[in-house]
Amino acid sequence: MKFTVDWLKNHLDTKFNNNQIIDKLTNIGLEVESFESSASELDTFIVAKIINAKIHPNADRLKLCDVDIGSDKTIEVVCGATNAKNGLLTVYAPPGSIIPKNQMKLSVSKIRGVTSYGMLCSESELLLSNESDGIIELKNNKYVNKIGEKYFKNTSEKVIDLSITPNRPDCLGVRGIARDLSAAGAGKLKINKKSNLKYIGDQNINVTIKKEKVQGCTIFGSCLIKGVTNKESPKWLKDKIKSLGQKPISAIVDITNYVMFDLNRPLHAYDADKIDNEIIVRSSSKGESFEALDNKKYILENDMCVISDRSGVLGLGGIIGGIRSGTEYSTKNILLESAYFLPRSIRKTSKQLNIDTDAKFRFERGIDPLSIEEGLRKASELIKQICGGEISNLDVKKIESYKKTIINFDPFLFEKTTGFSVENKELIKILEKLGFSVSKNKKILKLVVPSWRPDITQSIDIVEEIVRIKGYEHINISEPVKTRLKPTLNYYQKLFHFLQRSVASKGYLETVTWSFTDSKINQLFKENDEEIRIVNPISSDLNVLRNSIFPNLIFYLKKNLDRGFKDISLFEIGPAFKGKNPGDQTTVIGAVRAGKVSRLSWNDKERIVDTFDVKKDVIQSLCEIGIDKDDIVIDDKTPSYYHPGKSGGVYQNKNEKNALAYFGEIHPNIIKKLDIKTEGLVIFEVCLDNIKEPKQKIKDTKTEYKFSDFQKSERDFAFIINKNFKSQELVNIIKSVDKKLIKSVRVFDVFEGENIPEKKKSIAINVTIQSEEKTLNENDLDNINKLIISSVESKSGAKIRS
Amino acid sequence: MSDIIKIKDDYIDKLNTENNVDKVNNIKSELFGKNGIISNEFKKLGSISVEERKKLASDLNNIKDELQNKISIKIQEIETKEINLKLEKEKIDVTLPERDIEIGKIHPVSQVIDEISSIFSEIGFSVEEGPDIESEYNNFTALNTPDNHPARDMHDTFYLDNNKELLLRTHTSPVQVRTMLKGKPPFKIIAPGRTYRSDSDQTHAPMFHQVEGLHIDKNIHMGHLKGCLNYFIKEFFEVDKIKMRFRPSHFPFTEPSAEVDIGYEIKNGKIVIGEGDKWLEILGCGMVHPNVLKNVKVNPSKYQGYAFGIGIDRLGMLKYGINDLRAFFETDYRWLSHFGFDPLDVPSNYRGLSR
Repeated sequence: MKFTVDWLKNHLDTKFNNNQIIDKLTNIGLEVESFESSASELDTFIVAKIINAKIHPNADRLKLCDVDIGSDKTIEVVCGATNAKNGLLTVYAPPGSIIPKNQMKLSVSKIRGVTSYGMLCSESELLLSNESDGIIELKNNKYVNKIGEKYFKNTSEKVIDLSITPNRPDCLGVRGIARDLSAAGAGKLKINKKSNLKYIGDQNINVTIKKEKVQGCTIFGSCLIKGVTNKESPKWLKDKIKSLGQKPISAIVDITNYVMFDLNRPLHAYDADKIDNEIIVRSSSKGESFEALDNKKYILENDMCVISDRSGVLGLGGIIGGIRSGTEYSTKNILLESAYFLPRSIRKTSKQLNIDTDAKFRFERGIDPLSIEEGLRKASELIKQICGGEISNLDVKKIESYKKTIINFDPFLFEKTTGFSVENKELIKILEKLGFSVSKNKKILKLVVPSWRPDITQSIDIVEEIVRIKGYEHINISEPVKTRLKPTLNYYQKLFHFLQRSVASKGYLETVTWSFTDSKINQLFKENDEEIRIVNPISSDLNVLRNSIFPNLIFYLKKNLDRGFKDISLFEIGPAFKGKNPGDQTTVIGAVRAGKVSRLSWNDKERIVDTFDVKKDVIQSLCEIGIDKDDIVIDDKTPSYYHPGKSGGVYQNKNEKNALAYFGEIHPNIIKKLDIKTEGLVIFEVCLDNIKEPKQKIKDTKTEYKFSDFQKSERDFAFIINKNFKSQELVNIIKSVDKKLIKSVRVFDVFEGENIPEKKKSIAINVTIQSEEKTLNENDLDNINKLIISSVESKSGAKIRS
Repeated sequence: MSDIIKIKDDYIDKLNTENNVDKVNNIKSELFGKNGIISNEFKKLGSISVEERKKLASDLNNIKDELQNKISIKIQEIETKEINLKLEKEKIDVTLPERDIEIGKIHPVSQVIDEISSIFSEIGFSVEEGPDIESEYNNFTALNTPDNHPARDMHDTFYLDNNKELLLRTHTSPVQVRTMLKGKPPFKIIAPGRTYRSDSDQTHAPMFHQVEGLHIDKNIHMGHLKGCLNYFIKEFFEVDKIKMRFRPSHFPFTEPSAEVDIGYEIKNGKIVIGEGDKWLEILGCGMVHPNVLKNVKVNPSKYQGYAFGIGIDRLGMLKYGINDLRAFFETDYRWLSHFGFDPLDVPSNYRGLSR
């Protein structure tokens, strides 16, 4: 909502200066977006300096000028003026400028084969004089420090631009703003002068509001103004319209607009002679159409509120008028409309047809239904003043009468809500200035809500009115109470934060990527999940919700590889979506590692990252959150985007169905399809939702401290075993030989090839044996050795290597 | 006796020129081993007279002490020499680079969420969460924003179905609805999370982060709201004084509503929070609307309280001098390394919010 201080002063007697007014507006909830001169067409002309003027390569009479316009780079302009020379200060007009002399809009153009960005101006082109010979020569001493600044001073009055919240339609008119300011002590609201207009004769175009199942119009007021002379608006009115950032059109249109912005009362003027017999306000039928004042043809649906005559639709009530009945300079007789349309109907129709107008914006928020006649009077008076003519009596048709909103307000609610109190006297004064009528019934105030405040329906609305006018600075600070109702984080929230930092501590950079992704990449990772399409995506490559974190992670990994990074570790923790209903999401960690370990190291051998790097990271993180490494079970079934032979799943124990994590190489097909150029690429993921909350807290799980001081022995074994036999199995077989004596089992070598039969491998294992009761003698150790060998041989088919 | 002295002198001479520990040890056993020269001399003592024995024993003991002393000094001398020689050979260039360390970082959004949670934890708030996909009812209608309300235009919404019943939440406020529906008052929660709006430019991203706050009890009023946010802002920006301004505004789900501005100034091209005469809007808040309380089965004549919503990314930008919101989500390795936080920097009250 834009207006000037002068306009405001038409409604408000105030001693406040501009800054005080601005502050006050902000303090009462009318947020000031800006306070500056309205943009002028002349703003684009700037002071410039010719750095270098040389002869045009294809035309001797033209010059090619490098022009300094105060920005980083100079601009190249082709110029025909003979006085264009090095060092000259002049006026430059960039492409898009409108030249005052001929109203031509400049564009980037080629002149004799050379592109010219804008032009250098002569005095006559800027209407400064008749001098058209050569470009303006500005005085060095005055302008040399102003290169890049506007040449023309903007002298137009400063405009206040308010951002009005949707609950305040009344402040979409200057008078409403003045009323709020007066309630807040910024001045006195001026009383509208009673005019002594003469109304002659009846409005004799019949108006009917049809009774319909859906009728968007409840009141239709109108008057006829006969014998007008439509013309250009007088300067004061033009200035007002311009200050709104709009273009003056004709006196009649400007007046209806002016009254809309002044009183928040939209009006519409018809050329009465173009109306076919009568006005019918009705609901549209599907397929009806009309050409609107924005020069577009609209085809209507059922149940849109239209103003029509016998020939068809004239306009969409409260939204936009039609060309057929529009006023022109030649218009002699006017029908002026002032009506009330239901916000819901306006909103629905304008959404369906995608139309946004000032009138629509206001009716949608709720116009004062009691302002019908005031609007007609004010506009017709102005029309008569400017265009002459004779005004008929007002004709108001309604199918519903306005019902007052009454609120019984207990002033205690104010103190209860805001924490401070205001005396009843002051409270009543504020409400009365806002237009409420107040009567007292013991402690309760009976309030009649002003008709221009459709947003006020209950007591809490009254509290807001009082506290905002009184000022939020009166609310006293109450120090926060530290009472806690429950622990800050639950188990899974703690897990989230812990794992996030656990993974980062292993050398991964955390990233945050969109929850949406490109369906083409998502498809490679979605497995059996449902694809979740966004109906209105921001772009076609962010058109689905991600079923996995990897589509984005791989996409950005590739971007970083393309930037020249080689060794990259990235991870994200966040949602992956499984369906389109609320809650169909899981929390996962996705991590990628690419490139090499120890690249260019002077003392370590460099190698490509591999599955056991990510296995280490994921297992270590799981151990850090308290999972016992001895319980963890690995298998080799993984989602299809993993390399089938080089990936694994991690389970919390052997009976668990859902994997806690997966790790491994990414499938080579995906690397090829996405054209990822890297030496090595391994990934892991953790499904946080599959981690079971332990039944005991750490304080309950610490067992009695036991240790053995008896000598421990280490024995090494080497077995020849089937190539596909998993080392994990072998270790478990050995462990189960004697859980008391066998303290640890460690694979320290795996070997295939020379001296080993085909489809077999050799596994070397180190076993630590220790008793808690005695020092084991050679005999004891021999027994256990034999037991280990025989168990392994019988359970795995392995042979001890001799 | 003179023989013994001669032997002793010979051995002392030998020891003086010896440079090998093993050879010194050989001498030691030649003298003091089972059949060593000195050991044998002691054995002879038994067969001589008492008078002589006394004298001889004393002399022998002196010789033994002298020799033993000499041997241990010699060994120490040789060993010291050897170690010094070894140390000299083993000198390395310690300015050569250490083994590579992979440095991981925490994203600024995560760090800021942890900072916020830590601050609110101090004043008794717990953390709630809600799903990213929401029903139209939870996101709008329950929050007193019916279908025909122009306030809906302020949220450009991503929809998941053509009936517009499923959407990506446009704010974290639906967590208020979920929290209150599943529990009984009092409520004292914050809810950080992802939020979505379908606009995208330098200052808007289609996804961003908000933290919702909700405190409902019997007598919670606007003074508490002001106190809570005043505390939060001061703690978050780690300043002693904060210039803060509550300005009336409108949100359908709170009444009275406010927007909160903080004072700032630009010093040497950097934004300084808490001073200066410029205002920066950082959050929206208000008293929870009675209609919302009714919608979630809380009796508004018994319970009341406040709610607020803060843009997390924006707070992070202000605190850590990040200019471009879009960069948060572009996964540029350089940016993540530059603005990321060490994983050991866990914001907490006792160690301080940040270093």
